[in-house]
Amino acid sequence: MDLLLRNARVIDPANDRDQTGDVLVSAGRIADIAPRLEVGPERLASVTVLDLTGNWLVPGLIDMHVHLREPGDEYKETIASGTAAAAAGGFTTVACMPNTKPVNDCAAVTQFILRRAEETGSCRVLPVAAVSRNLEGRQMVEVGDVRDAGAVALSDDGRPVMSAQLMRRALEYASRFDLPIISHAEDLELARGGQMNEGAVATQLGLHGIPTAAEAVMVARDCLLAEWTGGRLHIAHVSCADSVRIIRTAKARGVSVSAETAPHYFTLTEDALVDYDTVYKVNPPLRSRKDLEAIKEGLVDGTLDAIATDHAPHSSVEKDIEFDAAANGMIGLESALPLILELLWDGTLTPAQAIAKVTVQPARILRQPYGTLTIGAPADLTVIDPDARYTLDQASFRSKGCNCPFHGREVRGRVVLTVGAGRVRFSR
Amino acid sequence: MTFTRKDLLGMRDMEAGEIRHILNTAASFREINTRAIKKVPTLRGKTVIHLFYEPSTRTRISFEIAAKRLSADTYSVGTSTSSMVKGETFFDTLKNLEAMKPDLFVIRHSASGTPQRLARRTSAAVINAGDGMHEHPSQALLDLLTIQDHKGHLDGLTVGIVGDIAHSRVARSNIWGLNKLGSRVIACGPPTLIPHDLQQMGVEVSHRLEDLVPDLDVLMVLRLQKERQEQMLLPSLREYATYFGVTEAKLAGAKPELLIMHPGPINRGVEISSEVADGGRSVILDQVTNGVAVRMALLYLLLHREEETA
Ligand SMILES: [Zn+2]
Repeated sequence: MDLLLRNARVIDPANDRDQTGDVLVSAGRIADIAPRLEVGPERLASVTVLDLTGNWLVPGLIDMHVHLREPGDEYKETIASGTAAAAAGGFTTVACMPNTKPVNDCAAVTQFILRRAEETGSCRVLPVAAVSRNLEGRQMVEVGDVRDAGAVALSDDGRPVMSAQLMRRALEYASRFDLPIISHAEDLELARGGQMNEGAVATQLGLHGIPTAAEAVMVARDCLLAEWTGGRLHIAHVSCADSVRIIRTAKARGVSVSAETAPHYFTLTEDALVDYDTVYKVNPPLRSRKDLEAIKEGLVDGTLDAIATDHAPHSSVEKDIEFDAAANGMIGLESALPLILELLWDGTLTPAQAIAKVTVQPARILRQPYGTLTIGAPADLTVIDPDARYTLDQASFRSKGCNCPFHGREVRGRVVLTVGAGRVRFSR
Repeated sequence: MTFTRKDLLGMRDMEAGEIRHILNTAASFREINTRAIKKVPTLRGKTVIHLFYEPSTRTRISFEIAAKRLSADTYSVGTSTSSMVKGETFFDTLKNLEAMKPDLFVIRHSASGTPQRLARRTSAAVINAGDGMHEHPSQALLDLLTIQDHKGHLDGLTVGIVGDIAHSRVARSNIWGLNKLGSRVIACGPPTLIPHDLQQMGVEVSHRLEDLVPDLDVLMVLRLQKERQEQMLLPSLREYATYFGVTEAKLAGAKPELLIMHPGPINRGVEISSEVADGGRSVILDQVTNGVAVRMALLYLLLHREEETA
């Protein structure tokens, strides 16, 4: 079935397009875009026409950092539930991290994820394979093998690559296969025992602190190694001012480094933890107001290329326990879009800047042909009602995770239609 | 003054008037503890559950004695610290205990914030008997009572707290409480044991004990855990004792009426010398005695409140 989407505000940062018009989807691809498209009466029977007056039509959103928990922790999330959440959140593509059970450190697990996504998924899934076997930080995975099986990047996410030597070698070796290394930048020694950001709030709550330096020293190390090796580096979930500053400097030197942050780092601060609510426990931790402002500046000047959710579903068994034993992580797929739009409403970003950070920018980092409305490209698109005002309600989410820190937040802007490769994956 | 709180979780959110009311109530209970038969029927028919999820001797006994002298029925639940026992989470256990309709929980837990989270889920009163590195309000209250007994007042006093401030719930509760009652507080210790941005709690910070001794009316000495050496916080206990251990020599320039306090148990020869701990300035045993009276006052005020509303 073809689709004719009429009268939407079409925002396609990759093609510098921001105009009201019509989009024709045919055979799973973007067939045409113009201020006015007509279909002849002979085709009308095979075309669904939707009037999208007042709505925005953007490329299907891409989340380059999610945890789908399958295989291994299906009680927390499955590829089916996680991708259903993605589609409801406007995402047509997600990149899933390898810290599953077993770890995605070989072609067989990569293929398993892709097959499950094919069978049960509601959006495209791009597996990220581990840097090291079983995430142990000792021996590299077979990079060519996982790449050929479909992995789009390498990361030991969930933990850092503590060995500088392994990081150096991985950057070098992976460059042969054109895969980026995604760094979860955390010095485990500096972060040891930490429960939240180190500072006045942690001191008063009596919680062990994690200094911003635990992240920034690893960002600096990895930028230096990327410069030396020429390898492609991507910094995950940037949370603090120091990291932004270091990445900015590295980019100015021409280092091949990109970076993402997550909505919670430009929306929440450490002050959220005053009641010891474990829903706000995340790694890296929520930081200070000064860090939050620096993250926004990094988004504005392009130091931070992408916004990714770090969607990390947990059940009450991991979260509804003592603070120091509770798991880190928040779900994000079904709350990300309205939080990103808050950066428009407060004037931080333009619509094109904001949309680019969840479409064409992550696509470029992962070297994927998505995130654009280029004619002939796969018809991934998301329709947003920018004026809808509503309350985020975790009970309505598709994700199995119980850990949404934005439950109850009043927001503006909602996904009304998600189309992946020409198929309607979600509609409201 | 009526006491309207459901719980006693920390000194941070208490008002000066409430603190004074607790201290006055505690002072009035002291007499019971000197009788031949140390028991009154005030809390007969009330059920108090002691949840001790961290090793403790003196605080636990102090609370048990306080409850029994007021004729409450007391029960104890305690395990080694473990969030999951037989597949049941800590909060599952509490839900079951809650279903047995206790009137008050006394909780000690190694994880900061656990009493606060318990209090939000139960209609019973909750007393924090020490949570992680966060607060230990009954200890601060008994310390305040002890200072008041000896000095007659708290406002205008200069109080030093020396030792492992970073890991100390006693220090935090005392900083809040002393500030509210008008004392000047100086925290002292090596930079590794002073937490980040401590000054924002309204306290001065010093790294030289000898510099502050002459100003002090009270010196609270904190217990130093031996593990701090392995955590890269200190080179050795020996060097700690050299710079921060409280000895008669270090107190040479002190005011004659300086009070020495310690929440116990003490490491003789590490944070405090035996001479000082057992000497004329020490009020360490008065603290322990006052602990029972303060805990009786807390039980009475929290459970009495319920009676008024019923
Ligand atoms: Zn990570």
